[in-house]
Amino acid sequence: MTAPVLELRDVRKIYPISRGLFAKPARLAAVDGVDLVINRGETLALVGESGSGKTTIARMLLGLLEPTAGQILVDGQALDPARRKAMARRIQPIFQDPYSSLNPRKTVSQIVGLPLVVHGIGTAAERRARVAEMLDVVGLARRHADAYPNQMSGGQRQRVAIARALVMRPDVVICDEPTSALDVSVQAQILNLLVSLRRDFGLTYLFISHNLAVVEHLADRVAVMYLGRLVEQAGRAELFAHPRHPYTRALLASVLTPEPGLGVPDPGLGGSFPNPIAPPPGCGFHPRCARAADRCRIDVPQPSAVPGGIVSCHLPLEQGLS
Amino acid sequence: MSDPLLEVRDLHVDIPLAHGSLRAVRGIDFHVDRGELLCIVGESGCGKSLTSLALMNLLPSRARRRAAALRFAGQDLTALPERRMADLRGNRMAMIFQEPMTSLNPAYTIGNQLTEALTRHRRVTAAQARDRAVHLLERVGITAAASRLGQYPHQLSGGLRQRVMIAMALMCGPELIIADEPTTALDVTIQAQILHLLRELQREFGMAVVLITHDLGVVARIADRVAVMYAGEIVETGRVDALFAAPAHPYTRGLLACIPVPGRTRPGEMLGSIPGIVPSLTGNLDGCAFRNRCGEARDICARTVPWGHGAGGQAVRCVNAGVA
Repeated sequence: MTAPVLELRDVRKIYPISRGLFAKPARLAAVDGVDLVINRGETLALVGESGSGKTTIARMLLGLLEPTAGQILVDGQALDPARRKAMARRIQPIFQDPYSSLNPRKTVSQIVGLPLVVHGIGTAAERRARVAEMLDVVGLARRHADAYPNQMSGGQRQRVAIARALVMRPDVVICDEPTSALDVSVQAQILNLLVSLRRDFGLTYLFISHNLAVVEHLADRVAVMYLGRLVEQAGRAELFAHPRHPYTRALLASVLTPEPGLGVPDPGLGGSFPNPIAPPPGCGFHPRCARAADRCRIDVPQPSAVPGGIVSCHLPLEQGLS
Repeated sequence: MSDPLLEVRDLHVDIPLAHGSLRAVRGIDFHVDRGELLCIVGESGCGKSLTSLALMNLLPSRARRRAAALRFAGQDLTALPERRMADLRGNRMAMIFQEPMTSLNPAYTIGNQLTEALTRHRRVTAAQARDRAVHLLERVGITAAASRLGQYPHQLSGGLRQRVMIAMALMCGPELIIADEPTTALDVTIQAQILHLLRELQREFGMAVVLITHDLGVVARIADRVAVMYAGEIVETGRVDALFAAPAHPYTRGLLACIPVPGRTRPGEMLGSIPGIVPSLTGNLDGCAFRNRCGEARDICARTVPWGHGAGGQAVRCVNAGVA
């Protein structure tokens, strides 16, 4: 069996939070012991609310942040900070906001060609050809090559960001909320593009999103994060049909599909997101969980295998009762 | 039948530019009945937010508003001097904005900001105002309400800040609330909670609500009636069940085809899309503004389009819909 293209082993990212000159700094566990595997060619969606640690994982995979503890493996080999540049050829990002992720003073062809320059790939003429090819692939016209980002719409800018990510022919693309800053009609175009690029280039996606409808559309597998930990992982169909973790169920219940008559659901979550500097003991979700029992307030639930996935919950929902 | 609470006829918002002007809102008509929830939905730049600001007379100073009628509870808002308008605002009509972090004042406590409108508009003592603030904070689901009064906005999470905004809008018991993308900046579970609360409060207090959103899912789940805006105009409006059951305008249909719906769209299949871009809103704008992106456009679309009716009885501005 081949090694997964990406693997996280008990990865943690802890930030010290200063509490003044003499007090011991508090610790904020943005990512608190995550084990996750991404197989070649699959689209894994990472979902959860803001502050749950999704973007921190993305930044560690990109080598932009170093884990405090744990291991990140690429094709079974440890991600070595000294080899960041080599890794960057294989893992490329697409960020949320195409208004701030593109350098406003460079033309589109300079932006898309920059990774080639950094990695010293090809001659100037070869680079130009590759950039032109990439613009074609993402559906931008040749005349856009000399345009500046501020002359383009949000959808066009996101196409530039995608071209920049793909110009290195990466194996893995990390998409961090790639459509949430875009209008509905533009979002559809970008999602269609991501689907066809995945097919044409055999890409592996880590797709970070808070839009469950988009996740259902795109993902093969879904991992749900809450307060720095993974609470559930399962195949898309399984997770949407039979959520096991009460938080997953609440997330799914919150999806507002365009179906009048169903009304606004009440996800049944009391209270608000806990303070990550002083997380609740036991299961991080218990203050908001209607099913919480004494044990949930004391013991941290460990991941356990259930049919079709993994869930970290002392009292997972039974199949059929969801 | 009684008069609507809010009646808008032929509302225009123009923004003067160096050459000509940007016609951001171009002659829209709508009304809101007492106790009714109307959603105005559309994409960026369609004029939905400027419409909401025009109702409150809070447009940016460069923008020009004109209307054949802008009637709220029998009063003509276009003829109202600013001093009288200020008496209505925050009192009988209140507004909830998208980003509670930028619309709450960071330098004042929650309690200060909550009681301000009430003491401005009503003869109440500070203690009475404080009691009402605590009561409403509890009603919008904030725990330890009394102790929150001394806190500043930055000490609250986004969801809590939006609850504070809602409580603030409710302080004077308004007849109309205008909410501009109130949950767009929030997480999905919090969004559902806040919308659920808004709907509950609206029914409890019998308020009318105009909710501005870009999200058709929100519209379907919360609205009584909906108005779809495109390029400064309303292109389709009617009861929400009728409109979603049989959307009649090609733009509405296009928008609905763009969103993946679990259980309805097949994973990975190509989503619908709307080719082309929104037309420039300067200069001459005759005929249907959507015709350059529309698969069903004909020559006649370049002329003024009359209102017709869709299958569900909703009003549609498209030559291919039955004429009224």
